[in-house]
Amino acid sequence: MEILVCVKRVPDTAENEFELNGAGNDLDRDDLVYSVNEWDNYAVEEAIQMVDKMGGSVTVVTVGDDESEEILRREMAMGANNGVLLSDDAFEGSDGKGIATILKAEIEKGSYDLILTGAQADEGAGQVGGMVAAMLDYPYASLVNKIDVMDDKTIKVGREIEGGNQEMNEISLPCVLSIQTGINEPRYVGIRGIRKVSSVEIPVKSASDLGLDAASVGSAGAKTRRVDYFVPDMGEGAEMLEGSTEEIIAKLIEKLKAKGGL
Amino acid sequence: MTQIYAYIPFKNGSAEDVALEYPAAAKKIDAAATLTAVVTGSGAELDSVATEMGKIYEQVIKVDNQALAYPNAEVVRKALVNILPKDAILLVAHTTFGMDIAPGLSVKMDAAYAADIVDFEGIEGTCLKMVRQELGGAVSTHVTADIAAGAVITIRPGSFAPVDGGAANGTITDKSADAGDLASTRKFLEVVEAEVGDVDITKSDVLVSIGRGIEEQENIELAEELAAAMNAVVACSRPIVDAKWLEKSRQVGTSGQTVKPKVYMAMGISGSFQHLGGLKGNPFIVAVNKNPKAPIFQVADVGIVTDILEFMPELTEAISSL
Amino acid sequence: MSSIIGPASYQLFGIFPTAILSFVLPVIGIGLFAYIMTRRIAPLVRAAPDNRFDHIGLRIKSLVVVWLGQIRQPRYMLAGVLHIVIFAGFLILSVRSISLVIIGLSDGFVLPGLGGWLGHVYNFIKDYAATFVLIACIVAAVRRGIYKPKRYAVPEKYGKDHTAEAVFVLGIISTLMISESLFEASELAYALTVDGQSHFLAPLSLVWIFKAMLTSASPGFLQGLHIFTYFVHDLAFFFFLCFLPLGKHFHVITSLFNVFFMRVQKGNIKPVQHGIKDEELDSLESFGVKRLEDFTWKHMLDFYSCADCGRCSDQCPANAVGRPLSPRFITIKARDLMFKNYPLSGEIYKSKILVEDIFTEDEIWSCTTCGACEEECPLGIEYIDKMVDLRRGMVDEGMVPQSLQKPLKALEKRGNPYGKMEKKRAEWADEAEFKAKHSIKDLGEETADTLYFVDSITSYDDNIQEIARRTSIILEKSGVDFGILGKDEKDSGNEVLRFGEEMLYQDLKQQNTEAILASGARNIVTADPHAYNALKNDYKGLPEVKHISQVVAQKIASGELELKTCQNPDKVYVYHDPCYLGRHNGVYEAPRQAMDAINGLTRVELEKSRDRSFCCGGGGLMLFFEPEEETRMGVLRVNMAAEAGANVIVTACPFCLVNIQDAIKVAGKEGQMEALDFTELIEQHLK
Repeated sequence: MEILVCVKRVPDTAENEFELNGAGNDLDRDDLVYSVNEWDNYAVEEAIQMVDKMGGSVTVVTVGDDESEEILRREMAMGANNGVLLSDDAFEGSDGKGIATILKAEIEKGSYDLILTGAQADEGAGQVGGMVAAMLDYPYASLVNKIDVMDDKTIKVGREIEGGNQEMNEISLPCVLSIQTGINEPRYVGIRGIRKVSSVEIPVKSASDLGLDAASVGSAGAKTRRVDYFVPDMGEGAEMLEGSTEEIIAKLIEKLKAKGGL
Repeated sequence: MTQIYAYIPFKNGSAEDVALEYPAAAKKIDAAATLTAVVTGSGAELDSVATEMGKIYEQVIKVDNQALAYPNAEVVRKALVNILPKDAILLVAHTTFGMDIAPGLSVKMDAAYAADIVDFEGIEGTCLKMVRQELGGAVSTHVTADIAAGAVITIRPGSFAPVDGGAANGTITDKSADAGDLASTRKFLEVVEAEVGDVDITKSDVLVSIGRGIEEQENIELAEELAAAMNAVVACSRPIVDAKWLEKSRQVGTSGQTVKPKVYMAMGISGSFQHLGGLKGNPFIVAVNKNPKAPIFQVADVGIVTDILEFMPELTEAISSL
Repeated sequence: MSSIIGPASYQLFGIFPTAILSFVLPVIGIGLFAYIMTRRIAPLVRAAPDNRFDHIGLRIKSLVVVWLGQIRQPRYMLAGVLHIVIFAGFLILSVRSISLVIIGLSDGFVLPGLGGWLGHVYNFIKDYAATFVLIACIVAAVRRGIYKPKRYAVPEKYGKDHTAEAVFVLGIISTLMISESLFEASELAYALTVDGQSHFLAPLSLVWIFKAMLTSASPGFLQGLHIFTYFVHDLAFFFFLCFLPLGKHFHVITSLFNVFFMRVQKGNIKPVQHGIKDEELDSLESFGVKRLEDFTWKHMLDFYSCADCGRCSDQCPANAVGRPLSPRFITIKARDLMFKNYPLSGEIYKSKILVEDIFTEDEIWSCTTCGACEEECPLGIEYIDKMVDLRRGMVDEGMVPQSLQKPLKALEKRGNPYGKMEKKRAEWADEAEFKAKHSIKDLGEETADTLYFVDSITSYDDNIQEIARRTSIILEKSGVDFGILGKDEKDSGNEVLRFGEEMLYQDLKQQNTEAILASGARNIVTADPHAYNALKNDYKGLPEVKHISQVVAQKIASGELELKTCQNPDKVYVYHDPCYLGRHNGVYEAPRQAMDAINGLTRVELEKSRDRSFCCGGGGLMLFFEPEEETRMGVLRVNMAAEAGANVIVTACPFCLVNIQDAIKVAGKEGQMEALDFTELIEQHLK
């Protein structure tokens, strides 16, 4: 089974505190640490487990710049067989559809049975997987938390839906799936593992390598743009209780009694 | 003229709450736009929802087809592509269904795409200005979309004011014939319901809900003691379930249970919208969190900035001695 | 008149010279023993290298104190005394045993040097030795067979009970004692009856008793008994010799070597592979222990040497709280695997991956590296290095529990397990009240004599930052010129190393070493015993490291620091020894001296104190791990303090403080028990 996993380098939400920069139109990125998007990592682990079971290979691909290479290497240290970096100044400012267009061009150069993405990334849009599928005319399923391979043409997937329920579907290959966290337990990748792959070659492809017209990608082709970052006006919010713990508890108990909580 | 369409999700013959929010959203996009509800499905259930929507929307389109009996995103998408006019703006709720259908639909319609929108700031020329969040709610952004060729936009349920009751006497148009070929290589099999745990948190009037602030599994005892003292039940947010400290049936949130308690004690919960999305009705929310900037303090009624690991035992003691 | 015929000259049924047996038995016995030993040595030859020939002086000292002196035995008094008696008896009787073998070939043989008065003295001593050994064996057999002390119990998952093997061997030893004494008694009784010769015997010794019982026996009976008991002894002796390497009594042979090769340095962790320098680590194909043969030969010798006494597991805090770890069975399972894969006859089996074969992942992650097991083992068996090696192997294969992956990633990116930003590492010093009166030197910009190494938990945890402020105040009051590294300080990596993430540890060590040396500080002080341990024992080339309790004790003794009288004379204080200050580094007295310098402070001792201290639950990465356990170590410790009559537990480690504070809540003892950090106690009492 040939699997392609699309990964993204994002600011780590666990280890960062986000503040606006001086100009107020972007995040202060000086002290941010980046890593591979958590959902994408689950997808790579799933791909590696599938290939361990039935053979084939896992390729990880990302659209980014030189710094994005580090996440490809990390996923390869985890067990992905190949990595590809899609990088070109013309890709800057792409919206979701632009990214999907770039990925589609790379996908068409190979012959993959399965394409995986994470269910969402830092922007929280969860759009690229569905767009790539539609562009390729492959079937798509999002928020997948279970994959069972029936044969080399069909798979059964479970989707996480509201209420903790699971929607079971049967899908033909090739298809695109977006993967939800919790589908597996990703293996640990230590510094040693990353050092072992530090000299492996990762090909870089530009717009022309992919046969892409600059007008269809990047800010030139983007219909949706992010204008700025801001911290919204907080509004009233909660009544904050102050004082010693005893005083706070006494006030709280009064309110709870009034609201029928005690 | 701007044509806005709203996809109506429904369950058991009744539309989801978000169906009541589209009108407010549409007004913010363009007060002069036409708004049409679109319902797909099959048989009596579909009819009852269409009728229900007719009381709220001026225009309702219904698409009846056996293939649409279960909302399989791949199939619904095919129908919508054939039904919707070019340049339409389609609003879909940002639910698991919305995430499944909307991106691909925007490609097939060659329309702009924006996801998980919480507010609209009107149209300037062909540019629609919107507000959304990134990084798990840590920051907000303004985005614009060129809607000249239409748009598919998912909106975050709970972000817009629902209409109060029905006033319209809308026309229901049957467009089933225009649905087209609905064959798909993705076949819906069944829904596997989540295991019902030992406790049904949807039945309790008071919930003591814990989040990451509980820090360790052993500390859950402190919440259980408080719950016992308050005659309440322990619930939680997603990270607790992911860590396998509590079963899924205890999770409050969009991917967990929807609850409507009288009192909700949010202990060590940051207040992400996915969690709050499971909290309905108008509960009295008490938020306790170490971080004074936690988003939960925006929505809570009462807030206390302290360590829940110290506060909970003291509160339990005080309540027990009443 | 005739004297008794010895086995060298006796002829069975008048024709068969028993001397032939006296020759054949030893030859077969020794030959079989040599063969078994060769098979047993085979895995050690394939094992990883170990460096155990350094510090010869210290090793000889270990041999004298631990092996010969049996210094660890009396920690369990009854079993200890029994063992010392049997061990001493074995040493004394070894001479007699050798003589006896040769007596079977040469009548009346006496070892050179034992001909005259020395021989008589020896006989006297050896007779009592045999007597006491037999008594000890009987007591031991009753204790094992009837009273069945708990620590010998074998939980179901580990297989069958071991009591039968234990009692069997006690039976063999008793047989040896009895047959040897009867052999001698029969000769002396014969001499008395037939020749009228009387020999002086150790009164009330076994042989004395037997001789008294045999005075009325017929010469024929005595002659038969004499030959019979000789060969019973001979057979039992060589049977026992060959039986030793087959089970837990292998320790009889290996103990001398195991103790000689035992660790002479405490607190440090072995390198990934002996002989491979830190810079060369990248060249290794595989890290850590994945299969049996990845252990070093000394670790394999440890597996052989286990006497199955269960003292390690009895002291193990993880075992006490119901975690899936029992150190005794780590060793026994590995030993049994060695026996299985390297059988006495037949092919050597290919070893499987250990954590899929005999160990479970949780079992290995459960260890807090407290060192109680190693401290207790009378045979010098080590555990910590093995756990670390097994963890290195698992990390290399990506088998790390999800709960540990986040803090490890945070350590990689931010140099602390909380993922907080580097530039906020010194924010504890910016606390309004503190900043108004004290300013802390940043050694990146200024210089100072001493470096105060704060480490991660004290830098970032809201509740623990007070320790940093108080330590600063104490150092100031003591007249110490100090500074901190601030954002250039990284986690000391004590647990990173012990949890098997070697390369991350090397990274942290390198960054810290560079920053420390660049600061120019001539000595280091810390309030965190984990940092103390890593900087002192695992890092190289650093200036001297001290713990704040040592500095305080020293300053009190020199008069530079004076303490007020006790501010809470009604409270009862007890000091809990942190593992990384006490057991691993021997700092027991300094904190106590400091506490006792407070007039009017009532201090009690826990039963399990000093090197028997009971781990609070662990520090560093262990705080993030989610173990399967029945209760918490901290809860057990709080209960111990309550039993000792204390209401304040004083501890000199931030992790102990966190664990014990939590445990007080979980145990429902709030209001009855409080946890106090050493720095808080001292700062409260500064004049």
